[in-house]
Amino acid sequence: LIIAQDNDGASIQQVLAEMTNQRTVPNVFVNGTHIGGCDATYQAYQDGSLQKLLGDNQITEPYEYDLIIIGGGSGGLACSKEAAALGKKVMVLDYVVPTPLGTSWGLGGTCVNVGCIPKKLMHQAALLGQALQDSRKFGWQYEEQVKHNWEVMVEAVQNYIGSLNWGYRVSLREKSVTYLNSYGEFVEPHKIKATNRKGQVTYHTAETFVLATGERPRYLGIPGDKEFCITSDDLFSLPYCPGKTLVVGASYVALECAGFLAGLGLDVTVMVRSILLRGFDQEMAEKVGAYMETHGVKFIRKFVPVQQLEQGMPGRLKVTAKSTEGPEILEGEYNTVLIAIGRDACTRNIGLQTIGVKINEKNGKVPVNDEEQTNVPYVYAIGDILDGKLELTPVAIQAGRLLAQRLYGGSSKKCDYINVPTTVFTPLEYGSCGYPEEKAIEEYGKQNLEVYHTLFWPLEWTVPGRDNNTCYAKIICNKQDNNRVIGLHILGPNAGEVTQGFAAAIKCGLTKELLDETIGIHPTCAEVFTTMDITKASGQDITQKGC
Amino acid sequence: CRCRTRAAAVGTGRRPPPSVRALAASALPGKNEYDLLVIGGGSGGLACAKEAAQFGRKVAVLDYVEPSPQGTAWGLGGTCVNVGCIPKKLMHQAALLGSSLKDAQHYGWSISQPVHHTCVQNYVKSLNWGHRVQLQEKKVKYFNIKGSFSDPHTVRGLTKAGKETVITADNIVIATGGRPKYPVHVAGALEYGITSDDLFWLKESPGKTLIVGASYVSLECAGFLTGIGLDTTVMMRSIPLRGFDQQMASLVTEHMESYGTKFLKRCFPTKVEKLKSNRLQVTWKNADLGTEETDSFNTVMWAVGRAPDTKTLNLEAAGVKTNSETGKIIVDASEATSVPHIYAIGDITEGRPELTPTAIAAGKLLAQRLFSQSSELMDYDNVPTTVFTPLEYGCVGLSEEAAVQRHGSDNIEVYHAYYKPLEFTVAERDATQCYIKMVCLREREQRILGLHFIGPNAGEVIQGFALGIKCGATYPQMMKTVGIHPTCAEEVTKLHITKRSGLDATVTGC
Repeated sequence: LIIAQDNDGASIQQVLAEMTNQRTVPNVFVNGTHIGGCDATYQAYQDGSLQKLLGDNQITEPYEYDLIIIGGGSGGLACSKEAAALGKKVMVLDYVVPTPLGTSWGLGGTCVNVGCIPKKLMHQAALLGQALQDSRKFGWQYEEQVKHNWEVMVEAVQNYIGSLNWGYRVSLREKSVTYLNSYGEFVEPHKIKATNRKGQVTYHTAETFVLATGERPRYLGIPGDKEFCITSDDLFSLPYCPGKTLVVGASYVALECAGFLAGLGLDVTVMVRSILLRGFDQEMAEKVGAYMETHGVKFIRKFVPVQQLEQGMPGRLKVTAKSTEGPEILEGEYNTVLIAIGRDACTRNIGLQTIGVKINEKNGKVPVNDEEQTNVPYVYAIGDILDGKLELTPVAIQAGRLLAQRLYGGSSKKCDYINVPTTVFTPLEYGSCGYPEEKAIEEYGKQNLEVYHTLFWPLEWTVPGRDNNTCYAKIICNKQDNNRVIGLHILGPNAGEVTQGFAAAIKCGLTKELLDETIGIHPTCAEVFTTMDITKASGQDITQKGC
Repeated sequence: CRCRTRAAAVGTGRRPPPSVRALAASALPGKNEYDLLVIGGGSGGLACAKEAAQFGRKVAVLDYVEPSPQGTAWGLGGTCVNVGCIPKKLMHQAALLGSSLKDAQHYGWSISQPVHHTCVQNYVKSLNWGHRVQLQEKKVKYFNIKGSFSDPHTVRGLTKAGKETVITADNIVIATGGRPKYPVHVAGALEYGITSDDLFWLKESPGKTLIVGASYVSLECAGFLTGIGLDTTVMMRSIPLRGFDQQMASLVTEHMESYGTKFLKRCFPTKVEKLKSNRLQVTWKNADLGTEETDSFNTVMWAVGRAPDTKTLNLEAAGVKTNSETGKIIVDASEATSVPHIYAIGDITEGRPELTPTAIAAGKLLAQRLFSQSSELMDYDNVPTTVFTPLEYGCVGLSEEAAVQRHGSDNIEVYHAYYKPLEFTVAERDATQCYIKMVCLREREQRILGLHFIGPNAGEVIQGFALGIKCGATYPQMMKTVGIHPTCAEEVTKLHITKRSGLDATVTGC
């Protein structure tokens, strides 16, 4: 049949176009399945799908599962449930390697067990301590002595986490996802070995795999660190009050933990090697630190603990630290040393080299394309282990869900990693969306930006008369693009609640003009963004006078 | 007002420098004494006056507070700072802190019992709101007199010393706001009852309180009085929060009932008498049962609506038209009244939202149009607002009813969710009424018409989304926005159950 010569050629072409949206030839089909034109056929050959359609597959027996997900955290669970809802046979492997001190937890991953959830609850406990102080100024009367009981808090927090762990197991069962509390490791292509706590081994195969193993806290690599120190993995279920605490590191984990520990009334010191909150807007980061400092958190700058952490008197640790700038040595005694210097991806012991999945050797992270696919086509990765992506629960969930929809639901929607908002739950919360100021300058040039900023005083703080001229809001606008808002930063109470809506607005193309046109909600903190008139370039005073 | 006041004082870079404007002003001397006279020194009036002064114009402000029937009066600044938003939100905060005291114990704080509340009024009163108002700095002439028109360009009034003052101006802005109404046919209402004008300035705790009305003023006051431990009852004749989404309104009152506020529904008062004990005996009719009931209270507060303050203005002399039913001044899109050089802004205008930030924005824009060649009109669409009831209710855009009315129920899609704030879990608080509703058009793009949020910090949550809706946000765009975890606001970005589907809208897990 030669279309060009055949009388019916035009109508054949028309039917083909209707069927495949393709008018051109060649238009390749295999057993009725449409492949596409020449390029598409080559691509199908390269990614192996052509061979599979042609029955040229080496594994003749069918895979046990459509999808196996390694890691039952926020991203992995979201992906598994979505895939199961689309009718696929799915397995989730989740296994928590206990910390050096033996702490372990249930299904749900970092966020639920040793991350966002317990952190925010303990932050809330600390905020309530502040509320207790404020309440007297608002007319509430009770005995002066107020004490915090660590054990009561930890039990309440852990009870809630326990209910979430249970909820996840139930929902996996409801969605018919197979859950295995085992450690997964690739042994050959499409095949993993699963080892449970008792050492029993099973093997499972699947057509597709998703890596969602997340990260765990990094240790210092100095004598005594694993023996005597704790990390955030231990803190939230610590059965005793940590007492006088040294927090090593200046990550958001470090500052959040130091913040709520101080808020609960503990003596807290943060040891910082270089800058606070790397990657965040540095003006905001410094203000976060300054607020903590005025509220009792001590900072030791430019020191690293290089020498042994010795066990001194019972329940006391001796820390020896060395200046990063000179020969100065510092010694200190603490009840608890919390290490929060960063997190490492759990990718080096799951047999990735066996099946040829490439990782970034420097940080152990997995490079993926914009569809979360690794260099091995049937292996995908989501969440904190992705190279160059954001380590945030909602991002992992979105990526996981969209991946399942693309794999099994005929969707083409990709996860959008741009303008993702986030909030650091330090004593004074810091919410942000878009560019930090220094990044914006780097990208667009200072002359093309206009930065509006202001200090503000939450109405709720006026009666207790505390912390005037500490809360701060800043927006970064691109003058070359209609004053579009490319960065929004706020330091103040409920920063997370405030930032979320603005993030939605930034998604919709927010400009300074629209901010000016929008009516504020009075009296709130969020309304500050609708009345910003002072540019940073003007150098005008932004302090609040009176009251 | 705080923020707006300051913002007004600094100006923006877009306008011509004041010196240039000042020159232009003096080059065109009118026969009247002032370029602009503002009657009413509330949020809107002051914003307008200061903005005009910024352009080098000669501006005067008249402000006079007629004492309430109970004798309460206050200084410059209007309703918002003296008897509105500011004291209200502070008392709301006092009540929230009461909940915090209870929550704190679940979070490990041990507080010796019993906790009780003393009169918070003193704290609010001790704050000097006056010095937020920096008229002097802006060179605005301030008269503490009650003015009335004698012709379209002339306003007269007596000072406290009895001296007659005559002020003439090229442009006049009426911004006298509204005051609480008293019921007309209830014996003893005026004699024994108070209003929100008095509540924030009471020297003693109001004790057992009856609040009559179902406006947001009523519910907010009842909420914080309950919160500081007072026996509080709301009496309402028909529906709560008229004009707001009614599903949300019932959730708000439902929560207040579980919080301890008592409600007398479908009831209306007939008389108030003073007993020998000094308590007030209130008699009311129950419209459903047809019965008459009585109870005694320490305080009876009327929150049956607000009326515009126009009577003493002698508007007829100027020819300014009002709506005969509401008494409010009729204005066009540029805030002009029936007399072209006389304008009206704020709560006194017909058909405009009675909100501080709208009055301020309208006042500033008006001054810009009058004196700075601006043509920008105030956009009254999609104005967000929040009701500070114990569980706050924030909203922007259309209510579900209004959307159905405007577009038909087949053409709208309502996404909704019942969620539980993380902070409530450990505190073992009930979250039955924590609810979010997003009203969208149903056609493919699914533009968002309205967003409604009940939960803690609703005001802070809704502000940013209001911007999004202003930018024309669609449902898919909202879903593309990544959540901030763990917050209540992130639930908005995860709404996926439609009302039409009838599926359970309870959020489970993260």
